[in-house]
Amino acid sequence: MPDALLALEAVNTHIGQYHILQGVSFSVPQNSLTMLLGRNGAGKTTCLRTIMGLWRASAGSVKFGEKEITRTPTPDLARLGIAYVPENMGIFAGLTVRENMLLAARGGALDDKRLEWIFGLFPAMKKFWGSLAGNLSGGQKQMLAISRAIAEPRRLLLVDEPTKGLAPAIIAAMIEAFREVKRDATLVVVEQNFHFARTLGDAVAVMDSGRIVHTGTMSALAADEAMQQRLLGLSLDAHQ
Amino acid sequence: MKTDWIPIALVPVLAVAALPLIPNTPTWVTLTVAGLAMGMMIFMMASGLTLVFGLMDVMNFAHGAFISVGAYAAASVLIAMKGDMQAASLAANLSAMAPALLAAMALAGLLGWFFERVVIRPVYGDHLKQILVTMGGLIVVEQLIHVVWGPDIIPLPRPATLTGSVLFGDAAIERYRMLAVLVGLAVFAAMWLVLGRTKLGLLIRAGVENTEMVESLGYRIRRLFVGVFVAGSALAGLGGVMWAMYQESVSAGMGMQMMVVIFIVIIIGGLGSVGGCFVGALLVGLMANYIGYVAPKLALGSNILLMVLVLLWRPRGLYPVGKA
Repeated sequence: MPDALLALEAVNTHIGQYHILQGVSFSVPQNSLTMLLGRNGAGKTTCLRTIMGLWRASAGSVKFGEKEITRTPTPDLARLGIAYVPENMGIFAGLTVRENMLLAARGGALDDKRLEWIFGLFPAMKKFWGSLAGNLSGGQKQMLAISRAIAEPRRLLLVDEPTKGLAPAIIAAMIEAFREVKRDATLVVVEQNFHFARTLGDAVAVMDSGRIVHTGTMSALAADEAMQQRLLGLSLDAHQ
Repeated sequence: MKTDWIPIALVPVLAVAALPLIPNTPTWVTLTVAGLAMGMMIFMMASGLTLVFGLMDVMNFAHGAFISVGAYAAASVLIAMKGDMQAASLAANLSAMAPALLAAMALAGLLGWFFERVVIRPVYGDHLKQILVTMGGLIVVEQLIHVVWGPDIIPLPRPATLTGSVLFGDAAIERYRMLAVLVGLAVFAAMWLVLGRTKLGLLIRAGVENTEMVESLGYRIRRLFVGVFVAGSALAGLGGVMWAMYQESVSAGMGMQMMVVIFIVIIIGGLGSVGGCFVGALLVGLMANYIGYVAPKLALGSNILLMVLVLLWRPRGLYPVGKA
């Protein structure tokens, strides 16, 4: 795909004796939001961690634009413009919200204009700016994790289950925030909430047992109940 | 940021609780200053280890080697500058002590750098191997000290102007203990400023919680590891000199002897917490002095008892560090 920002080709990842990713191949188009779906244990988190260099691919290739990044260390990937929000959010509980955000500003200071934009997306961040991150609620912690990932302009955001354990009202706010974020970034989002996936996703890749079993547009998957049943074992309509 | 004051309050509470057990106030003052001085020296030796454990998840039993090597390096300098040490001038004494402290920190820091690269790096993530290789490293360094400096204990007299005591009313306070308190406070203040007020400190605090996330934000944690390891080793060297001058002798086994109390302090404080290490060291220093006076037979077990009590109250130490 010529306009792919990220391309995985036959990626294999082993964790100890376990062969988790077994030849994963898919592309992420520029300026799109690609949903990575699949049942529990399909390898979605491993896929994101492999892209981010947190687990090393034992075979295959990961390309970011034209650059081969399969063996690139994680800090260098961040400097290339890839941000990662792990499933556990990865916030620093003993640091304040401000300090968490400061760490994302590698230049040393946060850009005031961008910070105002983030406060517009997540007003709670402004309210709890001086509070310990560990004292925030689950939804606020997720907002902080996303805010930190977008504290500076990024070319690619890898987000693992951003709605996990969140109340419906918070999920609705998160959907609005992601709509804004996707205007100037490319995203790969692992998600179990199919309403969230269908609302925001442009493209979709479905994983099963460490392999990609389907790629296409999110709208096509959302419209095909039989395919949903076959790939995911359930209907998207059941999750509205 | 809200500070948890309860553990800090334990220090004056312990001091006040000991007051009725001591027959007179001047003795209590003397014991309290002695306890604080001992605590400050233990803090200097232990603070690096707690940071190394918190940031790198490394069980470094070789930390004692940095204490001994620092003390020996300083002893070499101080013996060479014997004239300045024995002069009845504080300026002359300090002009000998300053290069001795610098030599101690430099050699201990260099040894720490070598250890991180050669001994620790191959066993990151494997606690059992870390214990084995660092214990082995400690023994090797002890034997190397015998080779370089000889097997005998080296007497290390205190500087002339820092011997003896100053009387505050009827309470006699050793001058050297006052110096130890001042140096300890200076080290704590420097660490507090670096950790709390600088980007480097922010990275260290974040790294103690979640090294993977720090890397994901674009920072090379490996360099931070090495820097913290070297700084922690240098601090151990500094603490080693102060402790050796307190004991007025240097021996190859002094580092290993201190490791038990150092581990107690960092466990009491909460693994990875510098503030907890500071409070824990003061509590241990005070407890050892009070119990040593009131019930000498219990002195050996007093620190273990303190650790048990703290862990029953806060199982992860006074200031638990939330590791991801």
